[in-house]
Amino acid sequence: MAEKTVSIETSMLSRNERLATELRERFRAHQVYVVNVLSSPGSGKTSTILATNERLRDRYRCAVIEGDIASDVDAVTMKEAGLPAVQINTGGLCHLEGNMISQAVDALDAGVGLDAIDVIFIENVGNLVCPVDFDLGENLAIMILSVPEGDDKPVKYPGIFQHAGALLLNKVDVAPAFDFDMSAYNAVLDDLNPTAPRFSVSATKGDGMDAWCAWLSEQIEAARA
Amino acid sequence: MHELGLMSGVADTVVESARQAGAERVISVHLRIGDMAEVMDEALQFAWEVLRDEDPLTKDAELEVDYVHPRSLCVSCGNEFEHDRFHLRCPACGSAETMLLSGRELDIVGIDIETPDDAPN
Repeated sequence: MAEKTVSIETSMLSRNERLATELRERFRAHQVYVVNVLSSPGSGKTSTILATNERLRDRYRCAVIEGDIASDVDAVTMKEAGLPAVQINTGGLCHLEGNMISQAVDALDAGVGLDAIDVIFIENVGNLVCPVDFDLGENLAIMILSVPEGDDKPVKYPGIFQHAGALLLNKVDVAPAFDFDMSAYNAVLDDLNPTAPRFSVSATKGDGMDAWCAWLSEQIEAARA
Repeated sequence: MHELGLMSGVADTVVESARQAGAERVISVHLRIGDMAEVMDEALQFAWEVLRDEDPLTKDAELEVDYVHPRSLCVSCGNEFEHDRFHLRCPACGSAETMLLSGRELDIVGIDIETPDDAPN
């Protein structure tokens, strides 16, 4: 018997990273801008995507990939709003992975066709931990926190707030009813993720949505240039 | 569930590499994980104990993890600094323009294996 050391030096996520690279190339080839939408359950991913589409649809053709443990509730909502939508049921898995997105993109391509899409919103599974590690080939990951969840979430879940390229604080219209300390929230983010822009919005009432959509449009244009 | 998902990819890679190297058994598996990857050591070890039984090559293999503390480089003043998971600004000049050098690793470094004496190198 002999003992020896074998060097591997690869990422634990190498399979997903390979898929993410393929997806990124595919999106670029079809000039599709992809936004990975992260948040806990109930903070307003679906209503934020709908309200964003309302403001972008004169300029961009949007589509949605819905990730949920079960049901097609969100995909039905999206289709009723006129958005092409594909539902992924993860069956218990707490995040979306590259292979699921590849299949969903195939379905969108077979349906309306990727050349008829400018922006895809990926509504990830509601979870503040696991989705962070799984690159889906997106251009931008956004994190939506809602006021009722509390200002301490960046302290409790630093990874996802650090990962996001833009931070949306949703449901600001109900802020007076909650004890949300805006300066405490901002102070933590100033250290944790000082470069990501922050938007205070109400997806359902419309507050702040124009500023968010103007910024997003700039990012889409910059990616096309 | 997160750690189990991560480790199932590790198990596949380890078995494949061990087989290619002509191993009779895997003695240990070495990982490098950054503090910012939000991986819990106990959950990782538990996942490995479950998964290593799936192949005779790995059933006695120990999991050894080196945890890496985050380090960043300040793009504004060139300062290189260690930090925790919450403070990414440059402590010297206060700039937000910093580049993470390490701390998000999720790497399989390598394996120690046992081979028959006549195995090719």
